[in-house]
Amino acid sequence: MEITKDTIKHVATLSRLAFNEEELDKFTDQMGSIINMADQLSEVDTEGVEETVQVVDRDTVFREDKPEHWQGQNRETLMANVPEKANGYIKVPVIINKDEDE
Amino acid sequence: MNFKSTIGLEVHFELKTKSKIFSPSPVTYGAEQNTETNVIDWAMPGTLPMVNKNVYRLGIMVAIATHAHILPTTHFDRKNYFYPDNPKAYQITQFFQPLARDGYIEVEVRGKKKRIGIHEMHIEEDAGKNTHGTNGFSYVDLNRQGVPLLEVVSEPDMEDPEEAYAYLEKLRKIVQFTGASDVKMEEGSMRVDTNISIRPAGQKELGTKVEMKNLNSFDHVRRSLAYEEKRQEQVLLAGGHIQLSTRRFDEATGKTVLERVKEGASDYRYFPEPDIAPDHISQEWIDQIAKELPKSPFDRYDDYVNKFGLKPYDANVLLQTKESSDFFDAAVAAGADPTLAANWMNTQVNGYLNDHRVSLNDIKLTPEHLAEMIKLIKDGTISSKIAKKVFAETIANGTDPKKYVEDNGMVQLSDTSVLAPMVKKVVDDNPQSVEDFKNGKDRAIGFLVGQIMKQTRGKANPKMVNKLLNQELQSR
Amino acid sequence: MNYLNENIDSLNKKLASGDLSADKLAQDTVANIKDTDKKLNAWITVVDDAKPAENLDFSKSKLAGIPIAIKDNIITNGIKTTAASHMLYNYMPMYDATVVSKLKKAGATFVGKTNMDEFAMGSSTEHSYYGATHNPWNLDKVPGGSSGGSAAAVAGGQVVAALGSDTGGSIRQPAAFNGIFGIKPTYGRVSRWGLIAFGSSLDQIGVMTKRVKDSAEVLNVIAGADEHDSTVSTREVPDFTKFIGQDVKGLRVAVPKEYMEAVDGKMREVIQKQIDALKDAGAIINEVSLPHTKYVVPDYYIIASSEASSNLQRYDGIRYGYRAEDTKNLLDVYVKSRSEGFGAEVKRRIMLGSFALSAGSYDRFFRQAAKVRTLICDDFDKIFAENDVIVGPTTTEPAFGIGEEVSDPIKMYNNDILTISANLAGIPAASVPAGLVDGMPVGLQIMAKRFDEGNVFKTADFIERSNKFYEKTPTGMED
Ligand SMILES: [Mg+2]
Ligand SMILES: [Zn+2]
Repeated sequence: MEITKDTIKHVATLSRLAFNEEELDKFTDQMGSIINMADQLSEVDTEGVEETVQVVDRDTVFREDKPEHWQGQNRETLMANVPEKANGYIKVPVIINKDEDE
Repeated sequence: MNFKSTIGLEVHFELKTKSKIFSPSPVTYGAEQNTETNVIDWAMPGTLPMVNKNVYRLGIMVAIATHAHILPTTHFDRKNYFYPDNPKAYQITQFFQPLARDGYIEVEVRGKKKRIGIHEMHIEEDAGKNTHGTNGFSYVDLNRQGVPLLEVVSEPDMEDPEEAYAYLEKLRKIVQFTGASDVKMEEGSMRVDTNISIRPAGQKELGTKVEMKNLNSFDHVRRSLAYEEKRQEQVLLAGGHIQLSTRRFDEATGKTVLERVKEGASDYRYFPEPDIAPDHISQEWIDQIAKELPKSPFDRYDDYVNKFGLKPYDANVLLQTKESSDFFDAAVAAGADPTLAANWMNTQVNGYLNDHRVSLNDIKLTPEHLAEMIKLIKDGTISSKIAKKVFAETIANGTDPKKYVEDNGMVQLSDTSVLAPMVKKVVDDNPQSVEDFKNGKDRAIGFLVGQIMKQTRGKANPKMVNKLLNQELQSR
Repeated sequence: MNYLNENIDSLNKKLASGDLSADKLAQDTVANIKDTDKKLNAWITVVDDAKPAENLDFSKSKLAGIPIAIKDNIITNGIKTTAASHMLYNYMPMYDATVVSKLKKAGATFVGKTNMDEFAMGSSTEHSYYGATHNPWNLDKVPGGSSGGSAAAVAGGQVVAALGSDTGGSIRQPAAFNGIFGIKPTYGRVSRWGLIAFGSSLDQIGVMTKRVKDSAEVLNVIAGADEHDSTVSTREVPDFTKFIGQDVKGLRVAVPKEYMEAVDGKMREVIQKQIDALKDAGAIINEVSLPHTKYVVPDYYIIASSEASSNLQRYDGIRYGYRAEDTKNLLDVYVKSRSEGFGAEVKRRIMLGSFALSAGSYDRFFRQAAKVRTLICDDFDKIFAENDVIVGPTTTEPAFGIGEEVSDPIKMYNNDILTISANLAGIPAASVPAGLVDGMPVGLQIMAKRFDEGNVFKTADFIERSNKFYEKTPTGMED
């Protein structure tokens, strides 16, 4: 499977990561070999095999619908790490379009 | 050339729970920004979701009410995208195994009945809210982050805006009467996205879809679809082609405006949410919820018209909201005469609500009060004129009608042994009226009734007084 | 205070008798960490004024007053938690991980947070924003990873016990490289609430100690149901110390040929010696096959990276953590904060995961990996139908030199071939010291079926008693 620079660029956009040209070339090579290593899985016959996405011994774990403010968390403690805030809001540079760049 | 439209609708309902879908933060409206949040809503590192049982319960109610098939095993999935109102940068939703599939509702358009399919419905979390400032910044409030949503996705079964309108009305009504959501478009507890494509009649393949998101009202849904039908038709007739795009309805001009063209499908990198184990929905639980499911508006209509003998118009007024229908049902259950109860609900009660801009939940009148008052009218204890006073008192202060009537000596005077001597005396005192009566002047009776009413300060039973006066006058 | 010749019982005895005060223990521990960490760089944050909890009851809780190291991807209220990333260099949590709350209740003392590979992605603790940790047996070698700081802190005598996390071997491999014991419990045995997520379906918090019994003591405290984590089991937690001191007669021990073939002669000899000891003590040894071993590395890297790519999207510079300067708009904040905040290895995994999940790749990569995972689980089920434990080498080689493999990700990934399967199958697995190869420790890995940590402890304790590796002192700590 050939991994092109364009594929890497697309995946970088999805991941909100940027690479300069030099990094991009290096990454394309490196990702190419990693992905080809991963593609060995294609040789396994999985016809009729179910997927395993979790190994848990429980299911249908529900919480009762009880509202609470817990662990003494209030707005100020929750906002303590916010880099930019104003008047109880998280402040961000103006929002352009939602998925315009995907 | 003739064109055919294909319309599909995606409707989001906020489910009426006390706490959020994956965190115990309270769900309240109008709270100060970011106060109804916790570490989960903030997507703090290390936090995990825990599913609110009531979200499933309410979702299952809607699934049952729309004849949908509830999947025995559901699983949450992640939809990945970056946005400031989406703190985890993924929305937990159900993509591969939704709550339910293959439902339907029946609509009637221009006298024709039609079944519209529901492709699927799934539960998911709402995002926070962004406010866009004019100073180059936006402001994020996470109070709404994690409010539970039910998304109902129709089949593309609708062929014109009227059908879409009818589908929405009916869907809203059904969901409203399950009690699962407040279904208020203006408050955002019901949100509608539409998509429409057109194709030349006879062509099998569907045309290119245009999407319209977050329409503000049913009327906007209808008008924007009607506008799009025409616009797309003109584009095609002029030899152009339709772009896969999102458009916005402009209220002022009544036109739709291009927002953005989609280059291809968005890449949300959906995959199963590893932090939540699969949920198994047992038939037992579904049966139990079905038992608790409030009666549908259609069954209620049937009862009102066929069992209680209400006029269709009155029945429909009562069924405008679940609250008023529930109130009426409770009053009837408490012994109220259905016709009288309907009249009082649709005139006096509604009048009061409109005048005071309040809802049924805000007033002090209970269905039991209404039933009691109607009983007092029916058994002649109070006149309908007095009843209006009683009503005003009860609805404003919650005073018990019977107690109020007794405490204020409002009980109607119907006792013959008291009224007969008064009648005799009034006739004796007014010989001219006897003369007038003999000469056929009807208003003589009116005058005499007035005198009795004056003496009893309005408490005399007018029917009884009339009867006694007639007897007395004829005997002279 | 140096813990090279201590264990939880010996410390508990001194504390209970009053020969040692918990306050003094806390202070001396911090002082020793500050001194010895010039060599090891095992810590990201040391709590200078560490104080023991109040009202300690040494007769009720073995952990009362005992300083415990916490890996820096476990959330500690009021103690900076960075996951060794520039992205979280200033992150101050406002809640406690469940394991931390449980340790607090047991009276443990918190002295700081240990170094690791950034977001637990790596096998050498070289991928840390805070610099590499050094192996106490040879300061030029890596301690393994990603829980390399915890491993070095225990092996170097800085603490008696440390918490680590294990997504693909991150407890067992550094335990092996540092000559200590480390256990990754069954997936769902310990709550993940407060563990900074890497691969959510694989991550599990575990314990690293010099002595096997000490891990049993700590696991007793941190295991069990939690209302915050729906993937954690509600089944009863046995007293794991009961499995210490038992004999192994009749224990059915499976040895996968693929694991033995993965190591060279010197190492195989050391491992074989441990298996022989088991045999001599009456255990039944069966050679078995794990036929999908060849695929576990690609399978793991697809699944772990896919989950990670999503788990790490929340680090966007908006609500907490590193925020880039000189940004023009929102997209800029996202891209610059993430590109500057994450290290190279983290970016590689995010890219791989995003790729595996993206339109057109999902079926071929993620879905296929989820199916192969089923086959890997089946391999284990078959073996555990006839065996109590699986043993073999923990790693393919002893610790390598700092800087040796950092530039070759595939080589680095292949190091994990022997540990990854336990995460994919969710089974408990541990590494217990087996001996030295060229002066560096190597570990014997022990796996059991899900929720059967008991047999892991039983086997590990037997090995510890038979080779007495704990009597050795790490060569890099001698002055
Ligand atoms: Mg949708
Ligand atoms: Zn939705």
